Amino acid sequence: MALYSEKVMDHFQNPRNVGKLDDADGIGEVGNAKCGDIMRMYIKVDDGIITDCKFNTFGCGSAIATSSMATELIKGKPVEEALKLSNQAVVEALDGLPAYKLHCSVLAEEAVRAAVKDYYDKNGIAYDPNDFQIHDCEHCDT
Amino acid sequence: MFVYADNAATTSVSKTALNAMLPYLTEQYGNPSSLYSFAQHATEALAQARADVAACIGAQPREIYFTSGGSEADNQAIFSAARVGARKGKKHLISTKFEHHAVLHSLKRLEKEGYEVTYLDVHEDGVVRLEDVAAAIREDTCLVTIMFANNEIGTVQPITEIGALCRAKGIPFHTDAVQAAGHMPIDVEKMNIDMLSMSGHKFHAPKGVGVLYVRKNIPLMNLIEGGAQERGRRAGTENVAGIVALAAALKESVDNIEANTAKIIPMRDKLFAELSKIPHSKINGSLEHHVPGTVNMCFEGIEGESLLLLLDSHGICASSGSACTSGSLDPSHVLLALGLPHEVAHGSLRLSIGEYNTMEEIDHIIEVVPQVVAYLRDMSPVWDELEKGQRPHLI
Repeated sequence: MALYSEKVMDHFQNPRNVGKLDDADGIGEVGNAKCGDIMRMYIKVDDGIITDCKFNTFGCGSAIATSSMATELIKGKPVEEALKLSNQAVVEALDGLPAYKLHCSVLAEEAVRAAVKDYYDKNGIAYDPNDFQIHDCEHCDT
Repeated sequence: MFVYADNAATTSVSKTALNAMLPYLTEQYGNPSSLYSFAQHATEALAQARADVAACIGAQPREIYFTSGGSEADNQAIFSAARVGARKGKKHLISTKFEHHAVLHSLKRLEKEGYEVTYLDVHEDGVVRLEDVAAAIREDTCLVTIMFANNEIGTVQPITEIGALCRAKGIPFHTDAVQAAGHMPIDVEKMNIDMLSMSGHKFHAPKGVGVLYVRKNIPLMNLIEGGAQERGRRAGTENVAGIVALAAALKESVDNIEANTAKIIPMRDKLFAELSKIPHSKINGSLEHHVPGTVNMCFEGIEGESLLLLLDSHGICASSGSACTSGSLDPSHVLLALGLPHEVAHGSLRLSIGEYNTMEEIDHIIEVVPQVVAYLRDMSPVWDELEKGQRPHLI
């Protein structure tokens, strides 16, 4: 069996929404170069809808594929819905990831939340900070 | 174009080795331990293989023990020396920080059992210093084990000098020569080597067969009990076909070292010269002390696994020391031992070429790698920050 599903390879080799948004309403960055992966997510929001979304990722094949899939899953969706994006949903949409790559999907989920938080902050929208706890990986904490 | 540039991982079986082994899989399948004349063909083949391997490294046939590979040979050399040392109250070993895990994990196990191990620095150039070895030697040192050539970066260690130092101090010296055997001249006499490990599949023999050389006055303890094979030091019916192939492949490689090196060096040098033109790249390890075919470089701002996957999609087989390719969270211990920061070590690429590669294949690598590096940098937030001066370039 190959390391990655066909869908992961597709999103890795032909990533959707790669790049930057110069007029982004929210930018979120998670990860750590020391650990080998960083994701930066850009969102454009109009009337509470994510109308555009781009990403930049430094990382392995699954980090790039999960970033790509996450952008696809939140584009065109209301901000509140994007916040509900779970790493499991990203993994399922990619037809699975090897167990030791699951942290990449967590990173993708957190990149989306970090971008939304930035959007809320910039626009003075109130939120519960408990919803936005970004978990750095255990490895980086030690 | 398909380019196999991972010869430090494994090699194809040569036609010579394949032809040598085939009869021992089919017609001559006798067990060398059997008495009847039919099995004597296998017994004789084994003896001839032992003599051939010995001749390739300047050893005596009875100093050659066939194993299942390099890892077993490393394990046996280390655990044997440790047990022999413990009898005399000597429970200290000396090694380096960038050994293969077959050595490092064996040493870790000994540490749990109460042994002490000194892991020597290999400095930025990936070469251990003789004075560091000398300074680490203690009254209770029972083994010095230092690899001949490093598997990831290809740097060659001052084996002859370390051997002479150990000889003068009466300490057994083992070297993991898995990456050197068949690729560089080895003479256990001239190089003062007491124990040496080899793995067949690194020099065009099949996987699953290796050699442990042990000098005749060095006691050797078993890892595997259960029979009188290998002079009672390694039980288990001999892998006759594999052993015959290993001997044939080693002899072929050693006979052709000069010619192969003359073919490989210009290809390797072209890789270094062209790939070094990629901005913010770095060659890892000294080029002065180097096996012929190994090229190890880091490219800042990218991660090794994604690099390998894209190279694969262009038909290029290579490897990396990034965390994601190691299956752990840390990048290669070898690159970290050179003092490379984690974020740089994640972007490493190892290309290991052999005599079967061609200059056309090298040109393909030279064309593809810069494109792939540029593509990954373009989507890397780390590279973005490096370029904007928000993060300092480390290389």
